[in-house]
Amino acid sequence: MSFFDKLKSGLKKTKDNMVGKIDDVIKKFIKIDEELFEELLEILIISDIGYETAEYIIEEIKDKVKTKRVTDPLEIRKMLKEEINQILQSSSDKELKCIKHPSDDLDIIIVVGINGTGKTTSIGKMASKLNDLGKKVIIAAGDTFRAAAIEQLEVWANRAQADFIKHFSGADPSAVMFDAINAAYKRGKNVLICDTAGRLHTKKNLMEELKKIDRIIQREAMNAQIEKLIVIDATSGNNALVQAKAFHEAIGLDGIILTKLDGTAKGGIIINICRQLQIPVKYIGVGEKIDDLRLFNSEEFVDALFEEVPR
Amino acid sequence: MAAFEGLSEKLGSIIKNLRGKGRVTESDLTEITREIKLALLEADVNYKVVKTFISAVNEKAIGSEILKSLTPGQQIIKIVNDQLVELLGGQNEKLKISSKLPSKYLLCGLQGAGKTSTCAKLSVLIRKSSKKVLLCALDVYRPAAIDQLISLGKQLSVEVYSEPDNKNVIQIARNAMKHAEKNMIDTIIFDTAGRLHIDDLLMDELKQLEQLIKPDEVLLVVDSMTGQDAVNVAKSFNDLLEITGIILTKLDGDTRGGAALSVKSITGKPIKFITTGEKVNDFESFYPERMASRILGMGDVLSLIEKAQENFDVEKAQEMERKLRTSSFTLEDFLDQLEQMKNMGPIENLLGMLPGVNQKALNGVNVDEKQISRSKAIIQSMTKKERNNPKLLDASRRKRIAAGSGTTVQAVNKILKDFENMKLMMKQFSGNKGKKGKSFNKMKLPF
Repeated sequence: MSFFDKLKSGLKKTKDNMVGKIDDVIKKFIKIDEELFEELLEILIISDIGYETAEYIIEEIKDKVKTKRVTDPLEIRKMLKEEINQILQSSSDKELKCIKHPSDDLDIIIVVGINGTGKTTSIGKMASKLNDLGKKVIIAAGDTFRAAAIEQLEVWANRAQADFIKHFSGADPSAVMFDAINAAYKRGKNVLICDTAGRLHTKKNLMEELKKIDRIIQREAMNAQIEKLIVIDATSGNNALVQAKAFHEAIGLDGIILTKLDGTAKGGIIINICRQLQIPVKYIGVGEKIDDLRLFNSEEFVDALFEEVPR
Repeated sequence: MAAFEGLSEKLGSIIKNLRGKGRVTESDLTEITREIKLALLEADVNYKVVKTFISAVNEKAIGSEILKSLTPGQQIIKIVNDQLVELLGGQNEKLKISSKLPSKYLLCGLQGAGKTSTCAKLSVLIRKSSKKVLLCALDVYRPAAIDQLISLGKQLSVEVYSEPDNKNVIQIARNAMKHAEKNMIDTIIFDTAGRLHIDDLLMDELKQLEQLIKPDEVLLVVDSMTGQDAVNVAKSFNDLLEITGIILTKLDGDTRGGAALSVKSITGKPIKFITTGEKVNDFESFYPERMASRILGMGDVLSLIEKAQENFDVEKAQEMERKLRTSSFTLEDFLDQLEQMKNMGPIENLLGMLPGVNQKALNGVNVDEKQISRSKAIIQSMTKKERNNPKLLDASRRKRIAAGSGTTVQAVNKILKDFENMKLMMKQFSGNKGKKGKSFNKMKLPF
């Protein structure tokens, strides 16, 4: 099943998805007026886009309607699509650095995020993908806090045929990274993927710990190419933007993995994140199987959002 | 956070613009309800829920005297707040305990909502009433999920029933119940695998489990950060199972938690507990008033007071209050106070609970926790005599104290100045009638 089909099938399962409503609203109106815009604004908010970005999109469309003298409400649909696409454009088809431009030295991927977004699962899927591409992968078990997190990651590492570096529950995660980097160099690995414990962005001490992990990695692997990814749950609401912002400020992010898109949530929150932080979406998670991690394609994503849904 | 201020500030600015007009008109009211709507949407309350909510508020607003009132803003906030509290459920509800032992609780929810950790927290809470608790691991899908429950059980010394090599959850559940009967267990908590509400196969499995176990409570675990989709999730689970209550997780973040309102109004089932941290004791009963304030971004004074009460020694506090009133507050007391403050947890959390302190204002504030330790060190480096009579502190004594605490004379001076300021402030508070009016003399200190 292609990514597009998978997204569509997810969308079909909801009776009230965003586009069904957009079309309903547009059909109701004969001419373009303030009321139409107000209703469209509401629909955008419902898809978790967030008020600010929703308003921005509507204002942009209003401007265009004025300058291009659009009178047909049906035109609005196309314009909305274009507008969202443009916001996501910067993040279209961005493959991982270690795949597009592999480093001569070592590629390191650091995966961060709050609790329960799917970091460990995403790492497993990424490792398997990299392994399929012929990369020699090693994984560092940096979540030394949550019970059985190490065991969980180990299962995924085995599935992906990747080497696995672990300490014990409660160990200093920076020390795990230190060992993992040494092992990666000694064993001649191409890519090191670092797991971290889920942490709420509001916990100052835990964010400091993350900064330390980041510092140690940069110090120990000076010539490596480092890519930092945040994992975001598609079902989350406006708080995901706050999360991304906090992690971005702490260590600087290179990309987003949007997980759990196989449910009924549309992940509209990434439109908001892309606009406000300009962090590209790299992958989306669409299931629990090892190959259910797909490259994000903004056009497909918007198309899937706007697909007519038979009722 | 951009566009993330509380409703009270937003309404405040509208009302400010209205001043001078003398009265609020009906079109002003429309603008006000629009703001309320946006505030709720920003808090991730589901759109449909918001709509019904707004019409209810409108009805109440029109029926009351808002338009003529001199403080329409506060009036409206009160109506909104009351309505929210009502919708979130009146009283906080206790867990149902079976008349025929064991009591059985089934936890379910999406992946990553926090079921397994919640199971552990729940078991500790139940154990407090001297019950024999058994945790049953039914998540056979996620790698190491069973290990997670087992290791949590070990940490907490709660018994865990699991069959690592068995993938048949129905069998495991049946065996667990047999085991419970044999060992005179009072309560079994079943931890199920996270599943999407549209995954028919797994949802069917859950239904079968429910039929087999016949649980006293089926608790839906919901991540408080969930967005608009919360209604779809809650509805699907509630349609299929006899959900009896909801547990909201991850409320220690800065999410407004509008999902609480969505889930409550879609299912009509009470929110029984909330989790507020990663430690096992970070598990509390749910209070609608507090959630309402949080959704509206108005601070959580009640929780703050409760936290203060929990961590403050009552006798000490009364003594302190007396001292403050009679102005016999010494550095020794100041030290006590610093210690008690530390017990209450990170200062940012406390500040966040205060009304009027919004996220925006907090962004710039970076309370240095170490500062408290430093202040403590300075005071501890003084002699008893000095603590009781700071006037003794001449230059050479100050130098000694700085050396003793590993700080500078300037730091010592600053503490002394802060202390004097505080004394002065307290004097004003406890004085009979301050300039600002009557409220101060009645004011009880929160500690």
